[in-house]
Amino acid sequence: MKEILLGNMAIALGAVHAGVKVVSGYPGTPSTEVLESVVQYNRDGRIQVEWSTNEKAALEIAAGASYCGARSMVTMKQVGLNVASDPLMSLGVIGTKGGMVVVVADDPGPISSQTEQDTRHFGKFANIPVLDPSSPEEAYEMAKYAFELSEKLKLPVILRPTTKVCHSSGTVETGGSIYEYEPEGFVKDPRWVIFPPLSYRRHLEIEKQQNEISELFDSLPFNRIEGEGEYGIAAGGVTYAIVKDIVEAFGLKVTLLKSGAVFPPPNGLYEEFLNRVQRVLVLEELDPVIEEQLYQVMAIRNLQRPISGKMNGFVTPAGELKFDNTLKIIEKFLGVEMSDTAVTPPMELPMRAPVLCAGCPHRASFYAVKKAMHGKKAVFCGDIGCYTLGNGKPLEMTDTCLCMGAGITIAQGIKKAEPDTYAFAFIGDSTFFASGMTGLANAVYNQTDINVIILDNSTTAMTGHQPHPGTGRTMMGTMTQKIDIYSVAKALNVGFVERLNPFDQEKSIETVKKAAEYEGVSVLIFEAPCITLIRPQTTFRIQNCTGCRKCLREIGCPAMSVRDNRVEINDALCYGCGLCVKVCPTGCIQQEVQS
Amino acid sequence: MRNISIMIVGVGGQGTLLTSRVVGAAAVKAGYDVKMSEVHGMAQRGGSVITYVRIGKSVNSPIIEKGEADILLCFEKLEALRWVDYVKKTGTIIINDQQIDPMPVIIGKAKYPDDILEKIRGKFSGVRVIDALEVARRLGNIKVLNIVMVGLMAKSTEIEKEIWHEAIRETVKAKFVDLNLKAFDEGYQLAGGTV
Repeated sequence: MKEILLGNMAIALGAVHAGVKVVSGYPGTPSTEVLESVVQYNRDGRIQVEWSTNEKAALEIAAGASYCGARSMVTMKQVGLNVASDPLMSLGVIGTKGGMVVVVADDPGPISSQTEQDTRHFGKFANIPVLDPSSPEEAYEMAKYAFELSEKLKLPVILRPTTKVCHSSGTVETGGSIYEYEPEGFVKDPRWVIFPPLSYRRHLEIEKQQNEISELFDSLPFNRIEGEGEYGIAAGGVTYAIVKDIVEAFGLKVTLLKSGAVFPPPNGLYEEFLNRVQRVLVLEELDPVIEEQLYQVMAIRNLQRPISGKMNGFVTPAGELKFDNTLKIIEKFLGVEMSDTAVTPPMELPMRAPVLCAGCPHRASFYAVKKAMHGKKAVFCGDIGCYTLGNGKPLEMTDTCLCMGAGITIAQGIKKAEPDTYAFAFIGDSTFFASGMTGLANAVYNQTDINVIILDNSTTAMTGHQPHPGTGRTMMGTMTQKIDIYSVAKALNVGFVERLNPFDQEKSIETVKKAAEYEGVSVLIFEAPCITLIRPQTTFRIQNCTGCRKCLREIGCPAMSVRDNRVEINDALCYGCGLCVKVCPTGCIQQEVQS
Repeated sequence: MRNISIMIVGVGGQGTLLTSRVVGAAAVKAGYDVKMSEVHGMAQRGGSVITYVRIGKSVNSPIIEKGEADILLCFEKLEALRWVDYVKKTGTIIINDQQIDPMPVIIGKAKYPDDILEKIRGKFSGVRVIDALEVARRLGNIKVLNIVMVGLMAKSTEIEKEIWHEAIRETVKAKFVDLNLKAFDEGYQLAGGTV
């Protein structure tokens, strides 16, 4: 039966059909729905699925399962692989037994990420094969194949979709059956213990293996040459699909090289492509990986073809390749004009950047800290999550953001270099468990006087509300013991720990002041659930507004707007948090009486 | 079977994601090949959200270029203006007559554009404006404004009403199916369809 599937669901289904038995991961856009979709396909509970505390933990869990001969999959976004790179590099040497697939979603743009890094480099770095799907349909096929390939090679395989594959949907044949097998179990063997002599021996084997895999990739259907013509276009990922649309729409006479199993490079196929064409355009998002591979084949085979791509500045080095810019690049390459070149001047419209939701408890937490520290020399270090949006006007409460868990440790560095500064770190509950605890231990150990604000909204909000160790729920649908952040802070010997309700502004402001003056590490846990976990209790309305707009200037709630010089509350957006009531100097905001 | 390109634009939180899933499911049921793209994560939080749905005999990529969209479904007026250049001259533009101020406007750093509907009508003939929020409010749940809009749009496609109903049944949570079917029918009737 044909069904419309999100790319991430297609990957999940491919894994389920391949007989995956253990799936672990850490949420991160655009990868999150892969693991969540496995849960949907796992009604009988035959697959062990978990959100791990971070990507390193997740990858090691998948590796352990693979050691037993079970097929396993781990999912994360590209920056997650930085966290998991330690086990990945070693696993590339040690190898695997049961098919193991490492799904790492890249984010050209970037749309929802810190960096535009290209995971294909990690394949080369760790000598691990990389598959790069161009559509949800291909993502399904590649996911299934990746397990077979991994088992055949005894290496983990990276499946690297990008945002436009993860979050695109396509029609996928979903009627496949589940591959049945009985894992052999863990067999004790020195091969699982990484020691320098073993590492050296394996290095020799793995380098030899690269050539064999390259030959194998020459004839895979994921890699192919289509069409003919002296102009050659090489493309990978979703860019291939866009190029294909353009080639079909305009009836272009070009030779198209599709590179899907992209590392180790299919050198034989590349050579054939180069022999068929006179000049080459390489279109790929992120880094010029296929381009470098083609240059390498030319150098080894003594071929000369002019290549237009990122390396000679023909193609933009950063951002997504969308339809419009791809078309323009192809026109330039072919020296023809195909599109309507009349450019309409861009409209000057107000930007609509993402903001903290109306009713979001983070707004109240930020506001309390801002009020408490008013007029003081303070730096506010942020972290990764919805609360990064605290940097926007009018709150402006995020002065730094680097990577997961960095806020707590960046604050320590600032405090050491600038002791007269109040150093604050904001971190969410899920991020705290992922990589905040070691930073907090570091502050206590090294006696650095920082103030940590944990924004505990009982969920991993930004990525779509995944459970974490503090929620008491697992991805197997079971209840589990909650790890209490307050007790963790106490156990780490933090001297000043308090729980607060951010909507109790008076108490919050007063406690932040006390924590700031406390000599030593302080932890304040602002506890209030994400608005998506609760129903709006009530709404507020404004009567006799004087139009002073203090509420707008101070808290910037998206449910408030000005009409005819009076502030209004949009009842379709208001969650009834009541923060505006505490800000209004004239007391004109009242709770709506429910009829 | 001609190819149809649909763009759905709105403000994060207005239900564009579910809308695209209903449209996609209906198109598959009607026998089309479908490609669509969604927006998740950071961008969703009250930001400008855009979804592409391309349906036809065979579709490679989910991306629509400027001047190519047959239908632009807009949940908010400013977003309609922002994306209107993507519509074909002969295209259909359906706009929910709702103003949601973006943060620069709320805090007084920018001005919400005047006369948006007039500006769009000046360029395109196939413009339809509806207060879908009001229709949804009347039905008892403002969240279904997206499906009211789908109902209105459905008349502009070759996909039959029963198929749309099936797609809604499969896509929305069970307890909201009846409400959403009602919302769809309201929109469908507003577009001149019979239910």
